Amino acid sequence: MEALLQNLDTLLVYVFGVAALVAGALMIVLRHPMQVAMALISAMVFLGGVYGLLGVHFIAAFQVLIYVGAVMVFMVYAIMLLDVRDKSYTQRFSRFLVLGIAGAVIFVGVLVYGFAHGQHASARASVSFGLQQFASAFLNEYWLHFELTSVLLVAAVVAAMAVIRGSKRHG
Amino acid sequence: MDKLQFLVFVSVALFALGLLGVIVRRNLLVMLMCMELMLNGVNLSLVSFAQQTGTASGAVLVFLIFVVAAAEIAVAIPIVLLLVRRKRTLETDAYSDLKG
Repeated sequence: MEALLQNLDTLLVYVFGVAALVAGALMIVLRHPMQVAMALISAMVFLGGVYGLLGVHFIAAFQVLIYVGAVMVFMVYAIMLLDVRDKSYTQRFSRFLVLGIAGAVIFVGVLVYGFAHGQHASARASVSFGLQQFASAFLNEYWLHFELTSVLLVAAVVAAMAVIRGSKRHG
Repeated sequence: MDKLQFLVFVSVALFALGLLGVIVRRNLLVMLMCMELMLNGVNLSLVSFAQQTGTASGAVLVFLIFVVAAAEIAVAIPIVLLLVRRKRTLETDAYSDLKG
């Protein structure tokens, strides 16, 4: 029973990973931005599932809370606000389509070749770290980064307001 | 292919898909979302390597990436709103006069 549960864990990681890849591929193909947003949200939720199965539950929770709950809701609002029917709806792809696909295929192909023929570091049994270890590392070693993050957020808010106000002055 | 290899491959593929979307799609909002997909791919590789080595540094970096993504969206959406207000279109070709 224990072995089955462990295998189920691994199997679910594979299933969620493949599902995230499928959702990412759908993002390229789908036409309407709202459909693309839904595909991105499902990819993020699947990745959250992968994080939860890997044992980093707090990152899974924040993935769903911050990415899906904040960033993507903001994006969905912007899509609803900007329902502009223009040429980008009928013609999805720019003139770089062939070039881009060739580049992506080469990129992935080179990396797969590296996987297949490179030297692997021997895969160790994964070591789990808990919220406590993360929190102490976060606030002891990386406190400066944490503080700089708040500066970045304030700068982003000021920048957003400055963009809007500057456009009012010029327009 | 063991689990770590699979996760790294998924992260690389997600990054490549996001990059492909930024290059080939013509809608501004879709391009922004594809950038988010690239960030997600990077996050997945960071989490899987952090989990493999048992260090918390990768998870800390993931949190910083969350913040950067939120800040990026907070600045990018007003810019897109202004661009659309000026030209009434989301198509990138319409803004080719912005170069330089």
